[in-house]
Amino acid sequence: MGPRSDPLPALNEVGERELRRRRQSFFRSQGFRRGGTFRPADRGEIMTLKSLLQAFLACLILSFAAPSFAQSDPKPLIDALAKADFNEAEKLLGQIAASGDARVVPALNAFAEGDLYFRKSDNLVFIAKTAGSGFELIDPLTGASAGQAAKNAVTKIKVNNNLRRVIRSAMGGLTLLSADRAVRLQAADAVLRSPSPENLDLVEAALAKETDKEVKARMEEARAVSVLSSDRSIDEKRGAIETIKNLGGRNSLGILNSVSGSIDAGLKGDLDAAIAAIESEQQLWDMAQNVWYGLSLGSVLLLAAIGLAITFGVMGIINMAHGEMVMLGAYSTFVVQDVIRDNAPNLFDWSLAIALPVAFLVTGAVGLVIERGVIRFLYGRPLETLLATWGVSLILQQTIRSIFGPTNQEVGNPSWMSGSFPVGGMTITWNRMWIILFSMSIFVALLVLLKKSAFGLNMRAVTQNRRMASSMGIKTPWVDAFTFALGSGIAGIAGVALSQIDNVSPNLGQSYIIDSFMVVVFGGVGNLWGTLVGALSLGVLNKFLEPSVGAVLGKILVLVLIILFIQKRPRGLFALKGRAVEA
Amino acid sequence: MTFKAKFAGALLATVMSTTALSGAFAADDTIKIGVLHSLSGTMAISETTLKDVMLMLVEEQNKKGGVLGKKLEAVVVDPASDWPLFAEKARQLISQDKVAAVFGCWTSSSRKSVLPVFEELNSILFYPVQYEGEESSRNIFYTGAAPNQQAIPAVDYLAESEGVQRWVLAGTDYVYPQTTNKILKAYLMSKGVAESDIMVNYTPFGHSDWQTIVSDIKKFGSAGKKTAVVSTINGDANVPFYKELGNQGIKAEDIPVVAFSVGEEELAGLDTKPLVGHLAAWNYFQSVDAEVNADFIKEWKTFTKNDKRVTNDPMEAAYIGFNAWVKAVEAAGTTDTDKVLDSIIGVSVPNLSGGTSTVMPNHHITKPVLIGEIQADGQFEIVQETPAVVGDEWSDYLPDSKNLISDWRKPMSCGNFNVASGKCGGKGS
Repeated sequence: MGPRSDPLPALNEVGERELRRRRQSFFRSQGFRRGGTFRPADRGEIMTLKSLLQAFLACLILSFAAPSFAQSDPKPLIDALAKADFNEAEKLLGQIAASGDARVVPALNAFAEGDLYFRKSDNLVFIAKTAGSGFELIDPLTGASAGQAAKNAVTKIKVNNNLRRVIRSAMGGLTLLSADRAVRLQAADAVLRSPSPENLDLVEAALAKETDKEVKARMEEARAVSVLSSDRSIDEKRGAIETIKNLGGRNSLGILNSVSGSIDAGLKGDLDAAIAAIESEQQLWDMAQNVWYGLSLGSVLLLAAIGLAITFGVMGIINMAHGEMVMLGAYSTFVVQDVIRDNAPNLFDWSLAIALPVAFLVTGAVGLVIERGVIRFLYGRPLETLLATWGVSLILQQTIRSIFGPTNQEVGNPSWMSGSFPVGGMTITWNRMWIILFSMSIFVALLVLLKKSAFGLNMRAVTQNRRMASSMGIKTPWVDAFTFALGSGIAGIAGVALSQIDNVSPNLGQSYIIDSFMVVVFGGVGNLWGTLVGALSLGVLNKFLEPSVGAVLGKILVLVLIILFIQKRPRGLFALKGRAVEA
Repeated sequence: MTFKAKFAGALLATVMSTTALSGAFAADDTIKIGVLHSLSGTMAISETTLKDVMLMLVEEQNKKGGVLGKKLEAVVVDPASDWPLFAEKARQLISQDKVAAVFGCWTSSSRKSVLPVFEELNSILFYPVQYEGEESSRNIFYTGAAPNQQAIPAVDYLAESEGVQRWVLAGTDYVYPQTTNKILKAYLMSKGVAESDIMVNYTPFGHSDWQTIVSDIKKFGSAGKKTAVVSTINGDANVPFYKELGNQGIKAEDIPVVAFSVGEEELAGLDTKPLVGHLAAWNYFQSVDAEVNADFIKEWKTFTKNDKRVTNDPMEAAYIGFNAWVKAVEAAGTTDTDKVLDSIIGVSVPNLSGGTSTVMPNHHITKPVLIGEIQADGQFEIVQETPAVVGDEWSDYLPDSKNLISDWRKPMSCGNFNVASGKCGGKGS
């Protein structure tokens, strides 16, 4: 967090004094009143003798009750954080916020981020940034550099969840009138998340000033939330309930539920109606969400299975080492990212795009070696192929374990694959969305390759009638080898995508091998469309079972259903018909 | 399968030939100890580290002159994450290799599998992993945490310092999470939490699609009360779980997750920036500020020749178990099982958090409970530390075990003494 320009410009309309008064009443309301007697900052006022005496007494008392301070200058308060435990720090934060001084914002930010340190020699508090082997110290208020410090010359000031919460709500109050639109939006969010009746004044003042439409709407909501637990009139509260109801979503439900015990009797009906309305809307969204989750799970299954649809589905090889190809793809991603981190960190967002061809080539080559070295001697002997490929899978696992160690490797998510965005009442995570798109494009690409390219034609010819193809001059052994390499390469590409949502460990492949066979057999051996429909329908089925019967039973039920289905249709959903089947 | 059998056979042959050799030449000046950790299969990810720690401890001890004037020799076997194979390998270590004690196992299933072997052949096992309790054997020492040394203090911390009122107990579907959750549920209800404020959820091993469960947690958390997740999710399933939490934007300030199976090793495979503030409860963190810990970390990095290797709680438990055994053998003057079993009770050794751990008569040890918050660098910041707690083998919160105690000193010598009926032999006999 760098030092920023003062986010609080002077306001002509409300006036600096009025603002400060409101902000202080806001923080008092937020429970920041322990230690309580901060001196009003408006020193222009002429103090009467009595008030002077009172202030003097207060200071006297407070000087005994360390670490409380009664200055409006927040610097000593921030410095006191150095030696404070969590409870004391909470009190200090209250006082820092109550100073109403917007200069503390960078310091609070740094505190929440764990970047606030104190110097051991003089217990002064600084914002620290890593610089070389040590830290660069920055003055918490002015943002001026205070020189370098070795790592062991400073100590980090501890922060916990509770303090982070306190900081968040304090920041909300301090930045509601910031010049930066994004900061104001964040501030409104913070107030929205920690509703309190008395921050109404502040929110309303900010609301009166606000011109941006989105921020204004957010502030309206923040205001409604605060009205609900205040002593405002019933009509105003009714309006607030309406606003929150229109806002919808899980958070609103939480806010409404939390006041349902204390609300005026006259509003109970409105409140319950609002809760019911949100819940019924949420139920619809839950259905949509289940479908989405199902598609997402289905696309993962499709990714895992699509390589197998070629090696097993088209060529008929029971390839137990398929999972390990996925695993090799994931490790290729890890290696690519490692190289990028060391050599060109700014390319990190491109790491997956670079990893795709690398993974394809690596796993394709490994596949080629396996086919040439092992499988070609075993065509027509499914049991031996199964055992041999299983042996290969163990060798590959143990090799990776010896090279990279048995522990998980960290594969980072590029920024465009992190986080989520809301669509109505549901949350869609970026990584899942990209994986759905990615698996669909792989599917299309593969389909085009098989149907439109010369290699695809050769491949289909060989698998349908080997002898005829051979007598037409097609080099069948090489077609076999490259088909297997293609299947392996696709599995490797799948590994790149799966590294984004799963562990990258030597065991990665094992968890997908059963699912992959399940999808291919269910969809119909030898048919890419079958694999697509099979994967997606299994995914959706699983996700609709999961909420009602749980993940464990859900998985068992899906397996039982597949067994029953295979009894009825042994060739799967889309069985190949015609002469090719008998060949 | 053929490959696996061959591999195991080759391993067996190697182990046997080395034993035969050393047996012929060095029978009198070495003491053998067994190391029974999976080096292949699903559990290799966690257990290989413990094997390395044991080798390091043996090396260090030999530098100090060994035990009883003899060198220590570690016999390493690979039970390959296969529970019945654990029993076979344990039998081999005790009967063929004649080891004085065995250090090993990770999952409860593997411990349950070897327990009868150790009782039958009267040998000693040191078990270094946190577990569900409800067991006490004359031949096993439990140096990991019992539920009262990990789960219950963690729940207390959340209730007191974060004001949590609603609880999601999420775990992997096997014996440790199920028993721990049963104890936690009974404990929470005894503290006045309504049953409707507790949600229990189980997932299969290696579960990787957490979308539904994370959104269920969100739903459960929108009832207007502060909600927390108590996670007994095991092993590999954690990484996708935390990734999903991070992506769906569940922040620790809103719904904190406290985990009992997530340590520095597990976080090593994760970008922890979105997870800052989520918690873990252990008896040791690498970030513990103690001189003995700094030495241990340095030694570990030198031994593994890898500056990035982290230390974790089961490693500390292995360290305590090993040192307690060494001290007990030296006190007894022999490695004879019965004599060591007598002399080890009451032995105190330094732990890595700067205090000491004592072996109690119930074969559990005393240690402090630390609560840590995940930091952006994959380490934990300790936010609470309790004084040393005695491991409680039979939970006080389960109706059929609350009257049971265990005391392996003579004359009681009983692992499940029922204080209500005054008789030895209750559950688990």
